[in-house]
Amino acid sequence: MNSTRKTLLAGAALSVIMSTSAMAAEKLVVVTSFPNTLTTPFEAGFEAMYPDIDVEVINKSTSSAVKYIQETASSNTTDLFWASAPDAFEVLKGDNLLVKSGVSNAKIPSDVGGYPINDPDGFYNGFAAAGYGIMYNERYLAAKGLKPALQWDDLAKAEYFGHVGMSAPSRSGTTHLTVETLIQGDGWEEGWAKWKFISGNFSNVTERSFGVPDGVNSGQFGLGIVIDFFGLASRASGFPVDFVYPQTTAIVPANVGIIANAPNEDAAQAFISYLLSVEGQELLMLPDIRRLPVNADAYFNAPEGFPNPFDGSIKASVSFDVNKSGERYNVVNSLFDVMITYRLDDLRAAVRAVQLAEEKLGDSDNAQAKALIAEARALIAEMPIDEAKSLDPDFAAVFKSKRKAATDVIEGRQAEIEQQWDEQVVANYKRATELANEAASLL
Amino acid sequence: MEQQSTIAGQKPSNKRSFTDRIFPSLSGTALAAIFIATLLFGFLILPVAKVIYVAFLDPNSGALTLQNFGDFFASSLFRESFFNSFYVSAMSVVLASVFALPLAYITSRFEFSGAALIQSLGFIPLIMPPFVGAIAMQLLFGRNGSFNLMLANYGINIPFMEGLNGVILVQSVHYFPFILINLSASLRNIDRSMEESAQNLGAHGLRLFRRVVFPLAAPGYLAGASLVFIKVFDDLGTPLLLNVNNMLAPQAYLRISSIGISDPMGYVISFILVAFSVFSLWASFLLMRGKDYATTQKGGGGLSRRKLSTRENVVAYGIVIAILALVLSPHIALGLLAFGTIWSYSPLPDGYTLGNFNTMFGQSGAYIKNTLIYAGAAAFLDIILATAIAYIVLRTKIVGRQWLDYMATAALAVPGVVLGIGYLRTFNDFDVPIIGKPLASWWVIIVVALMIRRLPYALRACMAALQQVSLSLEEAAENLGATRSRTIRKVVIPLMSGGILAGFVTSFATAAVELSATIMLVSSNSDAPLAYGIYLFMQTPSGRGAGAALGILAVVIVAAGTMLAQFIIDRERKTRTGDQ
Repeated sequence: MNSTRKTLLAGAALSVIMSTSAMAAEKLVVVTSFPNTLTTPFEAGFEAMYPDIDVEVINKSTSSAVKYIQETASSNTTDLFWASAPDAFEVLKGDNLLVKSGVSNAKIPSDVGGYPINDPDGFYNGFAAAGYGIMYNERYLAAKGLKPALQWDDLAKAEYFGHVGMSAPSRSGTTHLTVETLIQGDGWEEGWAKWKFISGNFSNVTERSFGVPDGVNSGQFGLGIVIDFFGLASRASGFPVDFVYPQTTAIVPANVGIIANAPNEDAAQAFISYLLSVEGQELLMLPDIRRLPVNADAYFNAPEGFPNPFDGSIKASVSFDVNKSGERYNVVNSLFDVMITYRLDDLRAAVRAVQLAEEKLGDSDNAQAKALIAEARALIAEMPIDEAKSLDPDFAAVFKSKRKAATDVIEGRQAEIEQQWDEQVVANYKRATELANEAASLL
Repeated sequence: MEQQSTIAGQKPSNKRSFTDRIFPSLSGTALAAIFIATLLFGFLILPVAKVIYVAFLDPNSGALTLQNFGDFFASSLFRESFFNSFYVSAMSVVLASVFALPLAYITSRFEFSGAALIQSLGFIPLIMPPFVGAIAMQLLFGRNGSFNLMLANYGINIPFMEGLNGVILVQSVHYFPFILINLSASLRNIDRSMEESAQNLGAHGLRLFRRVVFPLAAPGYLAGASLVFIKVFDDLGTPLLLNVNNMLAPQAYLRISSIGISDPMGYVISFILVAFSVFSLWASFLLMRGKDYATTQKGGGGLSRRKLSTRENVVAYGIVIAILALVLSPHIALGLLAFGTIWSYSPLPDGYTLGNFNTMFGQSGAYIKNTLIYAGAAAFLDIILATAIAYIVLRTKIVGRQWLDYMATAALAVPGVVLGIGYLRTFNDFDVPIIGKPLASWWVIIVVALMIRRLPYALRACMAALQQVSLSLEEAAENLGATRSRTIRKVVIPLMSGGILAGFVTSFATAAVELSATIMLVSSNSDAPLAYGIYLFMQTPSGRGAGAALGILAVVIVAAGTMLAQFIIDRERKTRTGDQ
């Protein structure tokens, strides 16, 4: 290429680049984990209200989005972070990457179903809520001769062995909240025991929360613990699935927050105001989106049968302690992964052995077998730490490993502790399997 | 460095002036080596080190320590994961060879009319679009997939996709083209005269293949096999798809990509992945050391081909179709998903429609264009770098040249998410001069990430190709007065063309569907490639059909691009050798 052509091309390229940025008067950059079906109506509605502002939505998975915002902080180009679970927002808040929006709406109560809607410190706003429940594939259940599970306890029943799917709390903030809700509702020991026996029925622990509705839609497994809009959207798309809320559910919020050093903070605040207004909130009830508005006034125009968390049509576990949840966040993640996710095969073998032994036992009165089965159950349910330890700040610090000052020294290493737990649970599950088999042989 | 003299008969000049001693003039190859080393350092070693250094820090006190590595080896979960990864990689090589060898043998030994079929379809398993590929496989081979649903009538359930064996099956199906493509390239380069000499001495058929042909093709086979081994060891996509957590790569990924936990073990595992991959490569070099695979060729004659009798033709077709049907089944399933309405717990979709394609085409113009640019540029840059590195490693005596190879191959072991984070960390503060944006937000960084991640594929292919080129041909050229660069351009590269093509195909096909580093680096939807488009579709249940449609389009585009490249190079080869 001769030099005239080169310079012409360079000039053309430059002018194209410069003109694209000159076209919109103002830009609002939003990094989000929400799908297009949710972001597009809001983008359209906001741009209709503010024709001078061009909204650019960048879609990333929640963990990629958090890392992206962390790494680009020094020359930040993002205005808003718009995602579900609060844990991502807590991480950004802890890194001082969020600023207070200063936006509020009088029609939004302080909490929904026992869970606070906004960040108490004001760094992020809740704009929608969702409930957790059980989704199931009708064809699958019909083929296997199963009835749908309607309550959490049902999922631990022997007939659902190998038919249930869920994501892990470390992979999905919303799943974490569900796990934590059950633990707070039933108590540390009882709650974890219930999770172990439900997990014993898992066919797998999916890597991302969307893997659960995906798996139920494909018929890979029959029942999934999912967030409501996944289940309902799947049914609306034509899949042979259905969704139920258990009697007490977990209500989980979705949030939005302004990034520190945002290029266009004013537009960001306007967007949040729009999200919280009745016009914006009513968009949440569209069939493609199907989330629960947090603005009480939005329910005046709600479609028939749309659940309302403010009038009791969805019941949530009361008095969710956010502080407890925050203090032991990483500990709970680690416990679940070590005891359940990484040793799923061992856990399943143990739980199955107990289920088979109990089936054989039936109504009979064999005291020895009963004792063995009870011991096996206790071994499966055994926890390496008690609740007090989980809330102990020094212990939890091992898992956070975020030294606030250079002189802070934390005793103990996460890998070391996890290795101890791992040894313990593997031994427990093995012993439980042996005991249950022994019980079965007696019957 | 001595002055290089390539004119025959002239004594090399040994006089060095004072300035020459201080600034020894570097030959072209040395300069190239330094440039490549800097490139690899800047775009691979440095960004990755910035992320992985955490592995060497004590999380509690911030001091340097090897304690984390001690923890790794002390943990039974990690030891098991290491063993599982090793076992799966080794078995995948075995199974992939089972798929590839018959196909390579049939196309190279016989006049087989289906050879074009194998050549054009054989690399398609490499193109596995993210997410939709996984769903398609589950719908076909999963515990409640098509096969098992049909077998359920007989009370059988085959766990194709369960546990480690599932991983082995999926990985072999996915990566066997590495062996097929590289092995075919080397088989085509073997000189007929070698075979004829052996036949003169009394060797025929299988013995001839085992004793003469296959050893001469060993560079290609080993290139493919080592690539499969290292890639499977480091791959986290398939174990995650099958929810197998007790292997090394998914363990690293799960720990690195969890929100908020700053667990050094994820980075420890990443470092061990890199170290073990380099070690495996070094071990494969030991196998090839001291052997010479070059034949003095007229220029790519290849083996003589025997005609097939009708019965043999039928058998050959049977084998080929069986293998191809197996390895292409995920794509067949993907097609069903793309054209299907609802596919849930049944052998086939409930109905068929073109609606998914309509939806997809309406939204995907920019993605398609971007993918062609990114993957094409990345693959093109890869073969240039790969040829240069192969030449430097095999033909020069530059100190430390092996490390260019190790560095480039180490890229296989780096998870895409680590590279993405590393680039953001390293290049976010670096503003590109004219464009005025940080390098980390410019679309070129995505091309760079793809180039670095796919360089190992091109490199192995080019190394294998160069090993088959005899040094005597280059010496002959230089004796006739050609400079080194002329020799490379006019003699070496044309002789390597089969390997270069193989490298381009594998780089292009896999770059087009890369997602893990892309999703981290994309800073604007208009810069996004196809794989990202699929990710967007797959976020809602209703988008599954459109995502599959986009996946099929990706396969078609990549297939078309590679067939075009094959056509161009084959045509050039034919005009050069003047046969067939």
